[in-house]
Amino acid sequence: MGILSKIATNNGHGEDSAYFDGWKAFDRNPFHPTQNPGGVIQLGLAENQLCFDLIKDWITKNPYASICTAEGVEVFKDIAIFQDYHGLPEFRQAVAKFMGKGRGGRVTFDPDRIVMGGGATGANELIMFCLANPGDAFLVPSPYYAAFDRDLSWRTGVQIVPVHCDISNNFKITREALEAAYERAQEASINIKGLIITNPSNPLGTTLDRDTLKSLVSFINDKNIHLVCDEIYAATVFSSPKFTSVAEVIQEMDCNRDLIHIIYSLSKDMGLPGFRVGIVYSFNDTVVNCGRKMSSFGLVSSQTQYLLASMLSDDEFVDNFLVETSKRLAKRHHNFTKGLEQVGINCLKSNAGLFFWMDLRHLLKEKTLEGEIALWRTIVNDVKLNVSPGSSFQCTEPGWFRVCFANMDDDTLQVALNRIAAFVQQDKESEKPTKKRCSRIFASASHRGSTNKVSCRRT
Amino acid sequence: MGLLSGKATCNTHGQDSSYFLGWQEYEKNPYDEVQNPTGIIQMGLAENQLSFDLLESWLDRNPDAAGFKRDGQSIFRELALFQDYHGLPAFKKALVEFMSEIRGNKVTFDTSKIVLTAGATSANETLMFCLAEPGEAFLLPTPYYPGFDRDLKWRTGVEIVPIQCTSLNGFQITETAIEEAYQLAQKRHLKVKGVLVTNPSNPLGTTMSRNELNLLVNIITEKNIHLISDEIYSGTVFSSPGFVSIMEILKDRNCENTQVWNRVHIVYSLSKDLGLPGFRVGAIYSNDDMVVAAATKMSSFGLVSSQTQYLLSALLSDKKFTQNYISENKKRLKQRHRKLVSGLEKAGISCLKSNAGLFCWVDMRHLLRSNTFEAEMELWKKIVYDVKLNISPGSSCHCTEPGWFRVCFANMSEDTLKLSMQRLKAFVDSITTTLHNQSNHQSIKNSRRRSLTKWVFRLSFDDRVTGER
Repeated sequence: MGILSKIATNNGHGEDSAYFDGWKAFDRNPFHPTQNPGGVIQLGLAENQLCFDLIKDWITKNPYASICTAEGVEVFKDIAIFQDYHGLPEFRQAVAKFMGKGRGGRVTFDPDRIVMGGGATGANELIMFCLANPGDAFLVPSPYYAAFDRDLSWRTGVQIVPVHCDISNNFKITREALEAAYERAQEASINIKGLIITNPSNPLGTTLDRDTLKSLVSFINDKNIHLVCDEIYAATVFSSPKFTSVAEVIQEMDCNRDLIHIIYSLSKDMGLPGFRVGIVYSFNDTVVNCGRKMSSFGLVSSQTQYLLASMLSDDEFVDNFLVETSKRLAKRHHNFTKGLEQVGINCLKSNAGLFFWMDLRHLLKEKTLEGEIALWRTIVNDVKLNVSPGSSFQCTEPGWFRVCFANMDDDTLQVALNRIAAFVQQDKESEKPTKKRCSRIFASASHRGSTNKVSCRRT
Repeated sequence: MGLLSGKATCNTHGQDSSYFLGWQEYEKNPYDEVQNPTGIIQMGLAENQLSFDLLESWLDRNPDAAGFKRDGQSIFRELALFQDYHGLPAFKKALVEFMSEIRGNKVTFDTSKIVLTAGATSANETLMFCLAEPGEAFLLPTPYYPGFDRDLKWRTGVEIVPIQCTSLNGFQITETAIEEAYQLAQKRHLKVKGVLVTNPSNPLGTTMSRNELNLLVNIITEKNIHLISDEIYSGTVFSSPGFVSIMEILKDRNCENTQVWNRVHIVYSLSKDLGLPGFRVGAIYSNDDMVVAAATKMSSFGLVSSQTQYLLSALLSDKKFTQNYISENKKRLKQRHRKLVSGLEKAGISCLKSNAGLFCWVDMRHLLRSNTFEAEMELWKKIVYDVKLNISPGSSCHCTEPGWFRVCFANMSEDTLKLSMQRLKAFVDSITTTLHNQSNHQSIKNSRRRSLTKWVFRLSFDDRVTGER
């Protein structure tokens, strides 16, 4: 008998993974333009740092939105004692409106279906607790956000059954792949309770086309299982095609709405991960009621609710923000991907997100997972860029890397591009020495004992 | 196979309980001095509203904290991005120092052992996930906070086994009661992983005695189990005996770095002491590195907003403010407590002698029709619907004796408190009168046929039936 629980002592939190070595390398030696120009540049952090000026400006002009300023302090007491898990009505209304605007006004959201979660992290765990029992499973198309393993499974006991997608059809999720995964699960007596997708996709940076989304809805409807759409990157769409939310699609389809749930957050669209604003939006009344009670475990600070209620109710601010963020993301994405193209590196064509999916298959010494890890370690330790290898997203095809582009300034981005250019050049010129370096690095990789991700790959 | 999970469709969330139903009634008809003077007065909410002026004047003097600024420079970006589950270092430092100050600096806390969570609600649940498997149990002395049924059990699958405490000794924990709880757990085939106590107690409003604390340390040592001390009300101790933290006991017994040291965990929050429940600031403090490590990772599911961490780090770092706040807050609680107690006395109602918390544990056994929980519910409904006071019935706190009610005193103005006591006195007077008129009536059956809410009669001790729900 352990003195602590299994959950406390297992590695379901996912942090023993070797991929954290990239982060550690950055923490030990972070790039700084003047103080540490040779340090590691962080390209593994999906943050949106491009529009803080707009938000800061709004906050400065609207002191009443803070309960601590002279202008706002008269509501301090009421807000400080407000712990109702329904959330501030103004907050829910403002978030519902923002969600609608972020989807081009093509769909409206009901404030009474807005349920808070401790960030999307808390929201995703919460929806699992509502929809599945320990031992049940959810289908998750890969490549998928690495932390889903923790968020969906760790404390809930829900299993993830990946549905692998690959470049042969641009990582599209097909009905056939879903049916096959579902069948296999049935044969293995695994009880599939639903399908969870991230749209726009992390790590691909692509939006689902309408037809695919419709086929997903049709699939879950036929099987009578749930569809959870994590739309955390909804307002990061910077070029066509426009974003189609599942909320839009079900308006034009016959389906059981009790099966449809959306996860949202302000961490990416607004760049406010520190404020922990996660949202569960369900079309199922029982889930809304139960979820609301569960939200007690991760309510949004009332101080934060109040600030954001004011900010997101300001139509002028929101409209301008959505246009600006889109523009800036587009520019950043364009600069980075064009720069890479010039040195012969291509990326999956993408129109959203804070990252792109970079194709380095041609730089692999071996077209295997080990080859990918070896290349990754070179990039982290020698080129000094922390990028995320595809295997950390359960991608079954070696050679893809996720590169973030919205969490640094333009100059740093240029430094990163220069380093990549230099690396590619060097790689072309010197094959043999590179091989030796890779095998040394690989030896140290296998020593790390990162068994969970590397050797237990699901097919 | 259900469409939703077992958790979504069961009622382990505990919200069908009377504790929450009373709130709902209040929501439908809330008292307002001007707009709804006959509405229901909320006395079921353990909030501390007595010292907001102190907070507000601090804010007035410290504009930087409000405007995301440090030394006049904007740190908005830094805060907006800060989602490190280790928490803002300045905040953790200020928090552990505040916790120490509340304990008269008799114990000190280490910032590396504290984990920030979204309220004590999240802290308690997280500890369950860390310390117990689904189906295992924690022992809790009764009466206890109704929210524990949700916080400790709902999503974790952990069970609660009560340690029955009674008015015979002021509801203190005894060795016998703990042994009986163990036997009950065994009968239910439940493995006991620990004991959880709230100190100061909710709903009793009393601090635990050194004897009780020592007893607990003995038990957890002998049985090799955990002890969680929820010290959320530690800053509300307004009279003697003072607050003795479990950490103090461990220190006195030279338990540092022993095995038992690692099995004691504290839960804290700023919701009661500072009156900021909306800000969702909770904490787990553990001497066990593995618990700290696991809980820290789990806190990802409910981190404290960086905006709030920053504000409070500034507030709690101001030692002049904290010293003054702690002493002034206690003074006001003491005064308010006295007002409630004397108001109750005027109505012929006594309560458990208490020195802490935001409520009193009130004895209305003499007003019950019979010594049953059914009678308690009848009385409670009358008080909510007719007297229009939302108080919490003891059964919602799992009390084994009918007739006790938790009545809060720090969440309304003095005038409202006065009014509530007037209403209560009027109610007691009326039923005493009715009782007098009914005292010659022979047939109890006939009386019962009339609306049961119309009268109660004094309880004969011989009729007492224990343990009935």
